[in-house]
Order: sequence, then C-alpha cells, then structure tokens
Amino acid sequence: MAASETSDFEQVTVSDVSRSYGRRRALAHVSLTCSAGQIIGLLGPNGAGKSTLLGLLSTLTEPSGGKVRFGDRTARQAGAALRAQVGFLSHDLQLYPELSARENLEFFAGLYGLDNPADRVLKALTSAGLGDRADDVVEGFSRGMRQRLALERTLLHSPRLVLFDEPFTGLDEASSDALLGRLGDLRAARRIIVLATHDLDVVDGLLDRAVLLQRGRLRELGSEGTLRERYRATLAEGGDAGRVARLEASVAGASGPSREPRQ
Amino acid sequence: MNGFFRVAWLVMRKDLRVESRSREMLFTTLFFAVSCVLVFSFSFVRGGQAVDGAAPGILWIAIAFSGTLALGRAFERERQHDALRGLMLAPVDRPAIYLGKLFGLLLLLAAVEAVVVVMVAFLFQAPLFRHGWMLLALLVLGTIGFASVGTLFSAMLVRTTSRAVLLPILLYPVTIPVLIMGVSGTAALVQPEPDLAMARLWITLLMFFDVVFLVLALWTFEPVMTE
Repeated sequence: MAASETSDFEQVTVSDVSRSYGRRRALAHVSLTCSAGQIIGLLGPNGAGKSTLLGLLSTLTEPSGGKVRFGDRTARQAGAALRAQVGFLSHDLQLYPELSARENLEFFAGLYGLDNPADRVLKALTSAGLGDRADDVVEGFSRGMRQRLALERTLLHSPRLVLFDEPFTGLDEASSDALLGRLGDLRAARRIIVLATHDLDVVDGLLDRAVLLQRGRLRELGSEGTLRERYRATLAEGGDAGRVARLEASVAGASGPSREPRQ
Repeated sequence: MNGFFRVAWLVMRKDLRVESRSREMLFTTLFFAVSCVLVFSFSFVRGGQAVDGAAPGILWIAIAFSGTLALGRAFERERQHDALRGLMLAPVDRPAIYLGKLFGLLLLLAAVEAVVVVMVAFLFQAPLFRHGWMLLALLVLGTIGFASVGTLFSAMLVRTTSRAVLLPILLYPVTIPVLIMGVSGTAALVQPEPDLAMARLWITLLMFFDVVFLVLALWTFEPVMTE
C-alpha cells in the first residue's frame, strides 16, 4: 500500500466498549474521547485493562460490545488504511535483535510502503542518535538505545494515533527526559497520544488528561494535587483502599518510587 | 512487484537474514534430521545391506520430525519481542505475512532435505536419484503441503503457552496424508521395478492437497491472527 492511501482522523471515540476474554471481563462499558494534540494518560493497577484498551485503540483487538471510532469510521470499515495511521510502542520493543538498526527500520519502512525509505530511515536514525551505530545489530544496544530506535520505528510512518505501553520502563533519567521531549513534539504536531504508564512522577505535568482504569472500568482523575495524589484519591474512591495503603507504604519505604508495587 | 508478493518477499528476506546470523533453526533442524537418519541406519542396515523399503519411510520421517522442529520456531522471533504486533499493525494484506513466513521455512527445509536425501541414498543404498525430477517433485510438493499447514498452526499457537505440545498434536493428523503420499511416491520410485505411473498419481494428489491447504491457510490466516 502506498503511504498516501491513508485514512486520517482528528479524534478517536471509544463508546460504551466492553471486552471479555472467555468469562473474564477485561473492560466494562468504557467511554473515552481522544483528540488531536492531546496526551492522554491511561493509569491503573496491573490487570486493570490498560493493555486491552490499547489493543482496541490499535485495531488489533475487537470489542465484545460498543464501538471504537477513528474519525467517523470503525476499524472494520477503514481496514488496512487505518493501520497506516496507528503507531504502537509496547514495553517489548518490536525489534529484531539479530538485525541492525538500519535493517529494522528498512524492514518496517518497506512494510508501510513509504516513499523515499532510505531518506526516512536515515532521518530516523539521526533522530534516535544512532547515526554512528546504524549498521550495528540491535542485540548489542542498551535498553535506552533500543527504546529510541523502537520509538523511531513507531513514528517512521508519521501515524496520527500513537500508543505507548509503559514507555518509561527501564529508562535512565536522560532517556526519560528525551522521551518526554519527544512526546511534547508529537503533541505540537497534533498527534493523538495515549500513554499507559505506572511512572506517575515522570509524566506529571506532561499529560493533558489522565484517566484511571480500575477493574475494567474507566474513571476520570480529579484535578486537585499532583498526579500521584489524584491517582490515589481516585483509586480509593473506586474502593481500592488496600491498594492505596500498599502504595503509600511503598512511598514511605523508598523515597520517590515511580512505580506501584507489582501484585 | 505486486504489493502482496512484495510484502511476502520482505518478510521472507527478513527471516532469512535473521537466520543467516543466528543459524539457530538451520543447525537444530539439520542436526535433528541427520541424527534421525543415522540412528535408523544402525537399525535398518545389517552387514552393509539395507532392509527393503526402509529408505522412503526414513527419509520422510526425518523431514517430518525436523520440519516440526522448524515450524515450532517459525513465529518464535515474532513472539519473543512482540514483533508480531508490529507485523500485524502494518497496513498490508496479512496473508502476505503468512506467505513470507512459509517461503522462508520452505527454503530452510530445502537446505535440510538436500543433506538428508544424500545421506539416505548413501546409507540405505537407495536409488533416490534414478528418477531425480520425480523425487524432486515429491519433495517440493510434500514439503509445501506439510509446511503450509504447519505455518498456519504455528501462527495460531503463537500466543498459547503449551504451543510446543499442541503443534504436533494438531499438525500430524492433518498432514499424515501428505506424509503417506510422500512415502508411497518415493517407494514407487526406488523399488527394483519403478512404478512411474503410481509415482505420478501421488504427485498429482500432493498437488491437489497443496492447493486446498494453501488456499485454506491464506483464507484463515487473518481471522486466526485477529483477537
């Protein structure tokens, strides 16, 4: 498919969406609107349904009930052209370690049928700060280098909707700052950005809007206080007092942890 | 190049490039196939004389067992680093991804078969090259039939935890006809009086099987991979 055959949109609307896996309901009647130029934080404990919601937004998962609309069309209506407008950076970086940085990007540029792939790949490598390591295999890269490369792979085709699943995991401060800067650039470029994260302190101040997924249900975070305080308050409202207590204990135990304890 | 085949080519080239660096699948598959033939040769060759009719069965057992090993690894690289999600998100005809994976596997199995056929011919004194083109047709068609089903099942099982156990359980009942056709066709070629008409019949049946299974696999790949 040529890159020009796109299906652009300014808004993604999740309307009363539910998703079940067998008898387990991962999402229940979730509604959410994401607009261009916004960064939406998808927060919540492990197993709350964040990855499921990202899967639905990425078009790779179909809802059991309700609709996800990209502009005025559903994924089924828009088909492959819509996928050209979606970028997804998951915690696993979707790279082939045996291939070089250039080969990884060239492979995906080929799949997306991009014009001038060599130029785009070169630009992406430069943007990732990997110009001098372009022909080294990814296996030998640090986590931060891989993350930068994966981010460029995600953005190679200039998607409208960019989804991030735990993008800050394993990054040092410099890499986190670089990623934050890049997210700000994407917002300025009027992309729709949805970010699932546990790193509340890192993204505090970045998000235009934060929502909490709790046992498959979506709740808007309040507006008073820091992101962590709002997160705790909303979690407690949802009846997760035990989880909040554990969270507070972890904060007391280690100064400024950015993660909620794993279950 | 047509978009569909361009994507298949890209996927196949990527797989071969990865394999050329890791050589993980080639070495394990080849080692297994060679070991299989060697072990059988100790049992079926006595005093330098091979048991009659053993060679075709051993040849196809080696191909099937080592092929199962390769099929089990076919989508492993995509699974390990979530690269499958990257592939499935690309705005391409998804069956082209299947075809690319299948082509890559066929080339790998062809390399293994080249070694195994020579070994079987040598160790079992089987006149495998007497009707070389017909043997080649049997091997190519048999491998396509076996791998086309196997690649689809491998993709289906990529998200399951017990995929290593489930793959042979699903694969063999469906591909037993291919193996029987392969063995019977090869036996018809290597018997003292080659039965070429019978070999042609098995080749025709294999072609029929391949067409049916390739079409079914291409048709079902997308729904199978969509959650």
